[in-house]
Amino acid sequence: MSQFYAVLSALLCGMALIGLFQTEDLLRRILALNVLASAVFLLLVTVARSAEGIDPVPHVMVLTGIVVAVSTTAAALALVIRANEARRKHEDPP
Amino acid sequence: MRVLAWGFDVFLAAGLLWLAWQALFTPRRFSAVVNFMAFYLLMALVWVRLDAPDIALAEAAIGAGVTGALLLTALGRLPAGSSAGADPRHWQRPLQYLAMAGAGLGVLWLAWAAYHLPRPGLATEVTAVLDATGVSHAVTAVLLNLRAFDTLLEIVIMLAAVVLIWSLGPPLRTFAPATALPGLPALSHLLHPLFLLVPAYLLWRGTHAPGGAFPAGAVMGAGGILLLLTDTAPWIYLRRHRMLLHLLLTAGMALFLAVALGGMLMTGTFFTIPLLLAPMLIMAVEVTTALSIALMLMAFYLYGEPGR
Amino acid sequence: MTEALHWLGCGFVVAGILFFLAGSLGLLRFADVFSRLHALTKADNLGLGLICLGLAFQASGLAEAVKYLLIWLLMLVASGIGATLIASTALACGLVPRKADMPTSSTTIKRSVEK
Repeated sequence: MSQFYAVLSALLCGMALIGLFQTEDLLRRILALNVLASAVFLLLVTVARSAEGIDPVPHVMVLTGIVVAVSTTAAALALVIRANEARRKHEDPP
Repeated sequence: MRVLAWGFDVFLAAGLLWLAWQALFTPRRFSAVVNFMAFYLLMALVWVRLDAPDIALAEAAIGAGVTGALLLTALGRLPAGSSAGADPRHWQRPLQYLAMAGAGLGVLWLAWAAYHLPRPGLATEVTAVLDATGVSHAVTAVLLNLRAFDTLLEIVIMLAAVVLIWSLGPPLRTFAPATALPGLPALSHLLHPLFLLVPAYLLWRGTHAPGGAFPAGAVMGAGGILLLLTDTAPWIYLRRHRMLLHLLLTAGMALFLAVALGGMLMTGTFFTIPLLLAPMLIMAVEVTTALSIALMLMAFYLYGEPGR
Repeated sequence: MTEALHWLGCGFVVAGILFFLAGSLGLLRFADVFSRLHALTKADNLGLGLICLGLAFQASGLAEAVKYLLIWLLMLVASGIGATLIASTALACGLVPRKADMPTSSTTIKRSVEK
């Protein structure tokens, strides 16, 4: 079963990377980055199931990663919103 | 029974791939965001299936809840249809295709490598030192004792993100709802006690079972976002509460650092605390960290500094 | 006794899954926001209630069973209020529920009766 989830995480990685490079919309790039992060977390947790029990260190890395991912998403979204406001104010006819 | 478990796994995987495809490649933005929220919910199920209940708790609260709320707010502010990124020049097109082909090859290699990964694991080492850490749950022990430095840096990253978002301007004015139904404030009034009780339970439970500071902080943060949505938290916009807000936001990191430095004074090594005080100190750090995380998630949702 | 409870729980879960399938089909095929909301809330309330009841029968103790029922109650509250919010916002934004077109045979019957 763990090999199955590892292959799933590789497929999700590929889809996220292709989605990241193929789109020009900033919001979709943020979504693609989040999917990529989820795929990498899936790979980490799959590797954590070793023969002697469940290794807690990759679990901790994934917990940290989830919080860092939401911080990055929030910061990126704030920048996108403000850039859009600035662009709209710049393009509005005086 | 094994066939049922296999069928469930295949169903989950197919659902994840389908939702990721929809989230990345549909032309409409709103359906992309909704598919993305559903993807995170299925991901929480996958964590349960892979025996990682702490991650499932944190993902369900942070990933599906908070990220969804942030994305929907941003979606409401961006103009529909127009792309907010730069237009690609014609010489960038071959590079784009090259990057996509490289990504495809890379993922094939990753799939092959993941199939053959060795799994050394640190499970035995962690269980050997578990009695000396002060808590009895392995993940909490690693999070707040064995790798506490990483957790401290993660809180600093969250604080840095809050500073970045707050430096961009005043908070976004919420759009007035189309109807003034009493339903949403009633929902927030009804769920408010639960949003305080469940994090307290998760914090207490973190010492011996899945739980801990991060799921607790995330649930409290989600409750705080509900308060912000229904406009029942006007105290956050008041100018005279600015100092208190800044103090509460940094309290988690400050207490963490204080415990680390105090431990250095007591035992001579940075980030080492004596075993007698370890359970109490870890609990204190967890409570303050959860409160700070909740306020930081609310600060993310505001998208700007209040009280200007 | 526990074996019978286990199978009873499985039956309730399967019934709940059928309700969810029906609700999803309604979500995909109905033509209007309001009728789709109708289908969704049936799936949410009754389908989830049956699944929670089935899982409560298979639970290992009374505390766990009460927790399942608490999940169902919370979902009832949230989905009910969410549905009313969506419906009232849709009405306020100008979407009207689609009415069925009147068939022509009834008008001819009315004219023949008036004569």
